Amino acid sequence: MKNRSLVSISDYSKEEILKILELAGEFEKQPHADLLKGKVIASLFFEPSTRTRLSFESAVQKLGGSIVGFSDSSSSSTTKGESLNDTIRTVSNYADLIVMRHPIEGSARFASEISGVPVVNAGDGANQHPTQTLLDLYSIKKTQGKLEDLNIFLVGDLKYGRTVHSLLEAMSMFNPTFNFISHEKLQMPKEYKLFLDKKGIKYYEHEQFTDIISRADIMYMTRVQRERFSDPIEYEKTKNTYVLRNEMLKNTKENLKILHPLPRVNEIHQSVDSNPKAYYFEQALNGVYTRQAIIAAILGLK
Amino acid sequence: MKKELKVSAINNGTVIDHIPASNLYKVITILNLDKISNAMTYGSNLESKKLGSKAIIKISDKFFEDEEINKIALVAPQAKLNIIKDYLVVEKKVVEVPDKIVGIAKCVNPKCITNFEEVTTKFTVINKETVDLKCHYCEKITDQNHLVIK
Repeated sequence: MKNRSLVSISDYSKEEILKILELAGEFEKQPHADLLKGKVIASLFFEPSTRTRLSFESAVQKLGGSIVGFSDSSSSSTTKGESLNDTIRTVSNYADLIVMRHPIEGSARFASEISGVPVVNAGDGANQHPTQTLLDLYSIKKTQGKLEDLNIFLVGDLKYGRTVHSLLEAMSMFNPTFNFISHEKLQMPKEYKLFLDKKGIKYYEHEQFTDIISRADIMYMTRVQRERFSDPIEYEKTKNTYVLRNEMLKNTKENLKILHPLPRVNEIHQSVDSNPKAYYFEQALNGVYTRQAIIAAILGLK
Repeated sequence: MKKELKVSAINNGTVIDHIPASNLYKVITILNLDKISNAMTYGSNLESKKLGSKAIIKISDKFFEDEEINKIALVAPQAKLNIIKDYLVVEKKVVEVPDKIVGIAKCVNPKCITNFEEVTTKFTVINKETVDLKCHYCEKITDQNHLVIK
């Protein structure tokens, strides 16, 4: 992993993924406050993403590193018409590693090819967001004690949600069973179902929340976005169909944990927050440990 | 009865036959034939039993590497090459869809970085029969129906 960019979750082998998760566990136990001393991390957010940016910046600062960068493109030279090519070539002179969020798909791969220092993709449009996937895996492993043989429920926008696609790919290394719950218009795309068929992984599709959720080890909720619907009435109906409420969790497994990449709108009712099966806020904290692990591994410090 | 040639014969060089007539100019672009000084003749909208309407290109003193010629498989999968030496066909070749396509095709995804900045496009051919191309950058699939040659 040393000196290698992280653009897509498929850039890492199963062993490398497990190594990152192990390191994240180490950072959770021990802060390592001086590990990044003297290192400069560039945090280039060409579009705002407060949660992801703060998580990365917190990870860097906890390791004693410093940060340069910008939090949206209006405060960068992009507004003067500078190309991504020029921004990356310039900034890679100033930093030991670049964390980049960009609205254009494929921008992170391109940046990693022209940058003199490794690039960590913090989201490139609807394409990839590998650090989210790694923190999801860390959260699953931490709460279930393992990654193998779990029953994973993916709920909400399965068509456009990039987090569920990457999670599906990554979890497929660990012999899971998948259950998909979504509106027919937001079903898991065919290419991913073909991918599962090829690997011989079982999956079941549902349009409603039913007793089936009593089988879940992990329930991964996602937000249904208004812009996915041309008809606002259709959106309102759909939005309210896939709401998880506390009483629905009555007959679920003891070890069930509910995950969500956040931000949520209304797909998880607030009454769930106090249920010990709710895990989405801890999941966000795990993001800091996971990003510490990713940065340390790429810089060859661990 | 002697069959008359619609496009005159060449002494030495390459004949590319069975190009779909509608893709003649794409083949010319892909092979950079508009940028070379070799003598060249071409005919288009010629009758073809296989293609309905075909085009043919004859280029003097030009011989292609397989890697170079295979690029035209994207737009002329049934193309046949005759290598000519001293007015005789010394070798016949067919084209084969390559594993990787660099710098020829445009990515169908309007939000792909290759449609915003000066980036050479790169694709992995994930299905050679249907010619499905996976973009190295945005990871989206461009299929034959949406294939645009740069």
